Amino acid sequence: METTAVKEYTYKDFASDQEVRWCPGCDDYVILRSMQKALPEMGLKKEDVVFISGIGCSSRFPYYMDTYGMHSIHGRATAIASGVKLANHNLSVWVITGDGDSMAIGGNHFIHVLRRNLDLNIVLFNNEIYGLTKGQFSPTSLVGQKTKSSPYGNTQPPFSAGELAIGARARFFARIGGNTPKEMTDIFIASEKYKGTSLIEVLQNCPIFNDGCFSKYTDKEVREDRQLYVEHGKPMIFGKTKDKGLVLNGLKLEVVTLGENGITQEDLLVHNAKIEDPTLHQMLVRLEYPMVTGIIRSFEDVTFEEREDALTAQVKANSRFTKTDDLFFSGDIYEVK
Amino acid sequence: MIPVKTEETQEILQAVIIRFVGDSGDGMQLTGTQFSDTSAMFGNDVATFPNYPAEIRAPQGSLYGVSGYQVHIGSVEISTPGDEVDLLVAMNPAGLKTNLQAVKPGHTIIVDTDAFTKKNLDKASYTTNPLEDGSLTNYRVIEVTMTSLTKEALKDVQGLDNKTITRSKNMFALGMVYWMYHRSTDHTIDFFKKKFKSNPEIIEANTKVLNAGYYFAETLELIPNAYTITPAKMAKGTYRIIMGNTATAWGFLAAAEKSGLELFLGSYPITPASDILHELVKHKHFGVKTLQAEDEIAGITSAIGASFAGDLAITTTSGPGLALKGEALGLAMMIELPLVVVDVQRGGPSTGLPTKTEQSDLLQAMYGRNGESPIIVLAASTPANCFNFAYEAAKLTLEHMTPVLLLTDGYIANGSTPWKIQSVDDLPEIKNNRIKERKDNWHPYDRDEDSLARYWAVPGTPGLEHRVGGLEKDRVTGNVSYDPENHEYMVKIRAEKIKRVQNYIPDQTTEFADSGDLLVIGWGGTYGSLHSAVKHLHEEGHANIGFTHFNYINPLPKNTESILKKFKKIVVCELNSGQFVKILKTNFYGYNFLQYNKIQGLPFANNELMEHFKQLAT
Repeated sequence: METTAVKEYTYKDFASDQEVRWCPGCDDYVILRSMQKALPEMGLKKEDVVFISGIGCSSRFPYYMDTYGMHSIHGRATAIASGVKLANHNLSVWVITGDGDSMAIGGNHFIHVLRRNLDLNIVLFNNEIYGLTKGQFSPTSLVGQKTKSSPYGNTQPPFSAGELAIGARARFFARIGGNTPKEMTDIFIASEKYKGTSLIEVLQNCPIFNDGCFSKYTDKEVREDRQLYVEHGKPMIFGKTKDKGLVLNGLKLEVVTLGENGITQEDLLVHNAKIEDPTLHQMLVRLEYPMVTGIIRSFEDVTFEEREDALTAQVKANSRFTKTDDLFFSGDIYEVK
Repeated sequence: MIPVKTEETQEILQAVIIRFVGDSGDGMQLTGTQFSDTSAMFGNDVATFPNYPAEIRAPQGSLYGVSGYQVHIGSVEISTPGDEVDLLVAMNPAGLKTNLQAVKPGHTIIVDTDAFTKKNLDKASYTTNPLEDGSLTNYRVIEVTMTSLTKEALKDVQGLDNKTITRSKNMFALGMVYWMYHRSTDHTIDFFKKKFKSNPEIIEANTKVLNAGYYFAETLELIPNAYTITPAKMAKGTYRIIMGNTATAWGFLAAAEKSGLELFLGSYPITPASDILHELVKHKHFGVKTLQAEDEIAGITSAIGASFAGDLAITTTSGPGLALKGEALGLAMMIELPLVVVDVQRGGPSTGLPTKTEQSDLLQAMYGRNGESPIIVLAASTPANCFNFAYEAAKLTLEHMTPVLLLTDGYIANGSTPWKIQSVDDLPEIKNNRIKERKDNWHPYDRDEDSLARYWAVPGTPGLEHRVGGLEKDRVTGNVSYDPENHEYMVKIRAEKIKRVQNYIPDQTTEFADSGDLLVIGWGGTYGSLHSAVKHLHEEGHANIGFTHFNYINPLPKNTESILKKFKKIVVCELNSGQFVKILKTNFYGYNFLQYNKIQGLPFANNELMEHFKQLAT
């Protein structure tokens, strides 16, 4: 995409004329605004941006963006977006999905889109509940969680989005709290720059059906102590007073306190998002204390469309056919006089 | 055994049906294809039908592992692969046992006697050897020690292992049949030269065996009189033999080139539709994009995405896959984007009969979606016209901005016939509804006044940013609307849009008679069987029978009722228990639609149809 001819946009250019209809206090508002703020920073032409969603609260998102968009059917946004991108590689294609949309009904497309590595951006609004259908447990709901469809407690163990994604060969995975718009905006911009499928999990509070589901990690008062926001090349350090860090002890990550037992910053793990080996990324994703946010994995790999285009160029170069008539009139043909 | 005539005369036949049968590893498909290609090049009309087991390599010699290939060639018009055969070539006892009932009494069977061992006879559940127990006295049986003769022919060729030698015995059989029907071996020898370019000893071996079979037949006194089938009277032009699935794929290639769009196929493998995927994936040189998706749903939804972004998008499947695609097809209808879905029908329900043919997806094609979601439904009727209807499906989807469902079936998809090659230059123009720039007061759901098609605003076009989706749309802005009157209006306008396609499709025509006592109605892949049955009846003097065959199912051609009116009786013939007849009944009142149905996974046979029509017409 050319950046020179792009005009200057503000977030307002990306807001459609449709009234936003999420519940008051929903983190979806934060995500929408963060996206509208991130887009002018990406150097894209507005007409080259496409939002594709499935079904669920999150999936209303495209209606609120003044770009090309499709509000499709449950679970299929990743597959539809793949078709959009394969048809026109110049487009910046965004998938908006939720925990049910991506990992329950759309689970198959979700793992395969990650495996193929098309240059797509997937924003997963994870609120550990079905919101639009009014409160059933989702594939990320916790065991024991009481919902409309599990009044005595959920008995189905959850997926961790990051663990599943990296298991499905995701090369880019980021996680961010739904109440940290500045970092979210940065991650959206990084995701667009990254070539390949990027998955961004937003820990999104649902104030109606699952209020406070992430508050022990995301509430303002606790988040610096409970969250580790990783950045590539920087030591893994967290806490209000920046006194905590992560080290690798055998096959386990361990929280240490700087200054205790002679531990210095030098001893801490330095985040490398760009390595192919996902072992450490998986460990970071699984960690509950601290909850790791930021770009956990960003390994640069060949994209699906690059492989396809290279193959097409090679086949074209070696082909004797330029028009379909060349094919139709080739081989075993005969004349009737 | 029937004594063989000894005169040196040549019998001149109008048409002959030959079936090659053997183990699934015996190369019967190749043998049959070579014979039909050679005959087509000689100028005969041909129709073929392969019949192979669902198992890829069934146990050798078993009854269910028999693979067959039937060829119907003629100096007259040939519209089906035929029913009963004039010549059966059986490479083993299992092949003989499973196909004997198809041989016309008094006609010829060639067998490889080397294969009639105790072991093979047991596997075929023969308690006695049919070659010895007198059970074949109604046929001319030509016993040939084919395996031994093949080995003998190759004794001087170096570098061949035993397996390769034995496997070339199918070429011995082909050589014999070439001689019997006065066909040249040239085409097949050329084929060897191309196919085994890097393997000169294989070329030599196959050529030697083919010629050995040819000369063996010539010198063998037991061979009945040689047959001659003169070239058929066919329209002037350049031809090739084409399979239905290939023709379907090529129709889309032509449509993409003509419309100036790139072709996108999203598909998931399923019998008997996979060959369309196999064919299109070869043609990356034309810029064809294919995605073998993770499932049927991703097949269609990726195509919907590609269509949204401006490609000519298609998805291919069979009945079970169409069931999975239903919801997404409803979305494509709702957002009014172009999309072609090909359903190569097979025996249903559920997994049903994957390798057999049936016409039982018609009502699924018409109604298999939630809500009221009409789409265009077309049906191809011969292997060759799969090309035309794939092209027509692409043309209609682009010009009318609605999904088109194209029905073919296993019978025409795997069958082959001569195709008079159509140059892309001679095909009708394809317009599309793309808009390139913003005009004042533009709205996503503006429609063309005549066709009611909306316009196609593709991502990447400045100023036309808009949203589509499965929720009901405001009639103009395309914004989500729950307004009751708007919903009723939109349901009606989507139906009216499909109805108006009638103004753009050809009138329905009749064959053989425009009025009379009996009208035979068919649709889709049964054309060949119905056409030839009515044709034979006319040749026998039944001038009171007319025939009309439907390719346009939804909407039906405008003049349909005017045809119905002119006949005393109407019989609707289908390979299901009566689906098209339901559509006719809901559209046309006051007619007594009789039915002729067959649900055996098999095409109609000529005799059954003729007998039935004769009874109805008198």
